Amino acid sequence: MTQQQNVLDLKGLRVDRGGVPVLDIPSFSLSENEFVSLIGPNGAGKSTLLLSLLGLIKRSSGTVSYRGRQIANSADWLKVRRSIAMVLQEPLLFDATVFDNVASGLKIRGMGRGEIKSRVTSYLERFRLADMAQRSARKLSGGEARRVSLARAFAVEPEVILFDEPFANLDPPTRQALTEDMDGIIRDRGIAAILVTHDQSEALRMSQRIVVMNGGRIVQEGTPAAVMNHPVNEFVANFVGMETILEGEVVDNRDQRMTVRVAGSEIDTVGEAQLGAFVYCCIRPENVTVSLGHSEEKSSARNHFAGRVVGIATMGPFLELRLDCGFPLTAYVTRESFAELALFEGKEIFASFKATSVHVIGRRAA
Amino acid sequence: MDVILEGILKAAQLLASLDSEVLGIAWLSLKVSGLATLFSLVIGISAGTLVALTSFPGKKILVSVVNTGMGLPPVVVGLFVSIMLWRNGPLGYLELLYTPTAIVIAQTVIATPIVMGITIGAMQNLPANLRLQILALGATRKQMVMMLVREARLPLMAGVMAGFGGVISEVGASIMVGGNVRGYTRVLTTATVMETGRGNFDIAIALSVILLLFCFAVNYILTYIQQRERPR
Repeated sequence: MTQQQNVLDLKGLRVDRGGVPVLDIPSFSLSENEFVSLIGPNGAGKSTLLLSLLGLIKRSSGTVSYRGRQIANSADWLKVRRSIAMVLQEPLLFDATVFDNVASGLKIRGMGRGEIKSRVTSYLERFRLADMAQRSARKLSGGEARRVSLARAFAVEPEVILFDEPFANLDPPTRQALTEDMDGIIRDRGIAAILVTHDQSEALRMSQRIVVMNGGRIVQEGTPAAVMNHPVNEFVANFVGMETILEGEVVDNRDQRMTVRVAGSEIDTVGEAQLGAFVYCCIRPENVTVSLGHSEEKSSARNHFAGRVVGIATMGPFLELRLDCGFPLTAYVTRESFAELALFEGKEIFASFKATSVHVIGRRAA
Repeated sequence: MDVILEGILKAAQLLASLDSEVLGIAWLSLKVSGLATLFSLVIGISAGTLVALTSFPGKKILVSVVNTGMGLPPVVVGLFVSIMLWRNGPLGYLELLYTPTAIVIAQTVIATPIVMGITIGAMQNLPANLRLQILALGATRKQMVMMLVREARLPLMAGVMAGFGGVISEVGASIMVGGNVRGYTRVLTTATVMETGRGNFDIAIALSVILLLFCFAVNYILTYIQQRERPR
């Protein structure tokens, strides 16, 4: 990727706290229109990374460049902060009306009153806040307050937006609604975004790239499927979970049943998505059955694939089989089954799983 | 009981007839304490905000000193200011001792730590990440400070009340640096002390009633603003 395509570039970043390094990132970048999810345990340095990109934390070393121009002084930082919005975990609203909160970033920029009014009104509508414009921000529910903080961030029409777990501690329906609002605007306006999240499906649904952090370092980055299916080490594997994540495209859908094409194979699933939609099929290894014959008996599993064992790992009381069925698949089998089937690496097998055990998540086209 | 009843009646008469000497004393009290509160607000809010928003070695000690200063005995301040302004003192050449200005200075010294202490507390009570959020919104340092002060406005008003309440009812420093000169530096509290000493309870009660009214009025106005500002 050339320098011109990157919105943000970070080089040799180190942040120390009390002499202890808390962040050590040789390089990180965000390109135009890109959506990156940052995942990792608490204390991994995710928030610190976001703050570093805005120059809001003291760096021991490292440079940040915005659109290829290195940020050198506080005037540069101010300019950058006026192009990048940030939504923190707490809504952090001002003790003022909802309208004034959404207007705050515009007032800071010295925008005229008339312009502020029309801009704020349109963002209040967009975030379904129009009827509470004159309400005090102190009287809002948790979900409403988050919506105001999102509207405030988007109202400045940033080129980049950073989210630090903006939906933590929200109930699932509210979370879903907010995620959709946010995702819609980001796509409409082509905003580049970084999302810190603990929610794996949120990361899958929205991002083109996932960055896994631990102990102040980036341990892995890549497309969601790459990170989920090929974790570089045990930490990442444990953190992202063991599910197989397959990129596919909906090729048929009727009566809440869908067929998803994955690497030339077709997987039966349940759920609804538009024809031609890009999705992930997530399959938990405990839901995959391994057998030697194709159809020796009738079963309710809709998906059968011929494949080969390509890897075997011991997982305590059971074994993890990595299968190649034209697409990667992971299955758990007990030691007993393993012995009965006389499995070994390279053995031809059949893998089957039910349409209902495939979890389908929408995704952005790569 | 007679003394009190008579006193109250006489006081009512004095107030009703708008006795010019009593009004003069009341007006001077208001002017002197109002100015002192104003100065202490400017100094106390700026210094308090600065202390709250920066970190430096010795900050805890400074904050403890300020908090101690919130209960500074007025007589100690009176003594200190008197020494400073004494004819042979370091600021003697200003010839300010026994002038209303001297009272303003002393009362400013009394009220500033109160306002500053409340400011520090109010600013430190704001969410820690609020500063980051404001800067992330694209604010300059100056804009950030203004927005933080705005966020802390309700507790800061408590500072105004505490500051004004403290200085208008203070007597020790006023008498020491002002001298209770009739028609010049005589304020409500010093006059009350003197009239009580002379046994003129009626005048003393009249003065006290005015003093109470001032305290009540200021607090009522500020409470009204706070209530109106409070989220509906």
